[in-house]
Amino acid sequence: MDDNSENLIEIHDLKYSRGPRAIFDGLNLIIKRGEVTALMGPSGTGKTTLLRLITRQLIPEHGTICVDGVDIATLTLTELYQLRQRFGMLFQNGALLTDISVFENVAFPLREHTKLTNRLIRHVVLTKLHAVGLRGAADMMPSELSGGMARRVALARAMVMDPDILIYDEPFVGLDPISMGVIVRLVRRMNDALGITSIIVSHDVEEISAVADRSFLISDGKVAASGSPDELRLAPSDLVRQFMHGMADGPVAFHFQAPDYEEQLLGRDTE
Amino acid sequence: MTRLIRDIYDSGIEFVRTFGAFQLFFMQLLRHTPTMLVRRFDLVVKQVFNTGALSLVIIMVSGLFVGGVLGLQGYSNLARFNAEDSVGVFAAFGLVKELGPVITALLFAGRAGTSLASEIGLMKATDQLSAMEMMAVNPVPRVLVPRFLGGVIAMPFLAAVFSMIGLFGTHLVAVELLSVDVGAFWQQMQMTVDLEDINEGIFKSLVFGVAASLIAVWEGYNAIPTAEGVGRATTRTVVITAIAVLVFDFMITALML
Repeated sequence: MDDNSENLIEIHDLKYSRGPRAIFDGLNLIIKRGEVTALMGPSGTGKTTLLRLITRQLIPEHGTICVDGVDIATLTLTELYQLRQRFGMLFQNGALLTDISVFENVAFPLREHTKLTNRLIRHVVLTKLHAVGLRGAADMMPSELSGGMARRVALARAMVMDPDILIYDEPFVGLDPISMGVIVRLVRRMNDALGITSIIVSHDVEEISAVADRSFLISDGKVAASGSPDELRLAPSDLVRQFMHGMADGPVAFHFQAPDYEEQLLGRDTE
Repeated sequence: MTRLIRDIYDSGIEFVRTFGAFQLFFMQLLRHTPTMLVRRFDLVVKQVFNTGALSLVIIMVSGLFVGGVLGLQGYSNLARFNAEDSVGVFAAFGLVKELGPVITALLFAGRAGTSLASEIGLMKATDQLSAMEMMAVNPVPRVLVPRFLGGVIAMPFLAAVFSMIGLFGTHLVAVELLSVDVGAFWQQMQMTVDLEDINEGIFKSLVFGVAASLIAVWEGYNAIPTAEGVGRATTRTVVITAIAVLVFDFMITALML
């Protein structure tokens, strides 16, 4: 294991299918230590699946995913859980435990993995909740929170163990502009101040441009383009231009594969 | 014809695979059981409350009426042989050895089993189990084992409560309503029902507790993470538990005769 290596996560020739449909077909990608990396792409390209593969919630059919030079497929369950203690993950829907309060949700990893006193746990949890602006909601239950609030609590929980790698799955969806601005700045500030590595899956080109050091555009099971947000914006590729500028026409079809519209409406193919 | 044979073969393979996975799952629960009993007994106690204490009302009400029916049926049939004083023995055998464990298990499947399966299924559907895994917390010991143990511990107590309330119901109907001699009612019961009979009831309720809790956590954990999938898992929990309880009841009764 080479801790000094610039590359934190290396993915080589990744193949993964769901049923007959290939999600990834020879994907190669490198995530550099200390950077904010964005994974972008049209809906259904498998961005969330890629996050689950990186954290070994899913197993690839082919190829390797190395974290700090170690192929995560070779890890035992104990080693995998040790590795996961270095990860913090913000799920798309927050994934808060619904039978315990906001405070206990954020305290959950601390209670499971540390022997900190209740007083110290309280101190750490309130600090993290304050960072996401929800210290006042500590005693509320997850069912009492709005979607945006739940995601901010989940962010507090993801960073409570001070992880090396923070993974965000669609962190900006459903946030009001004020919360979004705060969270975008928080992501950037945490990354720089704590020296962590951040991986963000998002569709929000504007927000990603403000926060990411490097972006990967995934399409058709491969990396279609990569570079800084500015480089992507100026890229000559039609696909990149369509995605970055939100154009309806381009290589990515808006319509899912379907029979001829006119024929289907007039029922010629069924009668 | 070839296709039919192939379908049967595929179904057989699928059944063996599922049965194997089910056994491995059970072993996994048993492997983590000592640790959870020692280190996180608080979680087990919470689940004993959720599955046991919260099922008490339905168990007690059902027990009272089942006991009452036994009193009515026992009295009217035994009276033909001038043996109506034996209605206490009739009800005690019926409740302690059969109806107590079996009906408690069926009610448990409806009240607590469905609750366990849907809770775990929804935790899966809302990524709570994945979130736990990402926090390096194995959901099997943390979520499933306490729920499994809660059901196993609660079931014999629930069956005992069912039998006691049932006997009280029989007493109300037979002694208070139909004027069976109170002395004969309790004395014959005391003289006839042995500790072995009670042990049989306890053994059955323990087996049913393991079966009902295991099926509920298995179905919840393996539910398809959608609203429809969770609903289907809940239904399957009740159906499979009911069949398993009745089959096990027959097997244990046959073995203990």
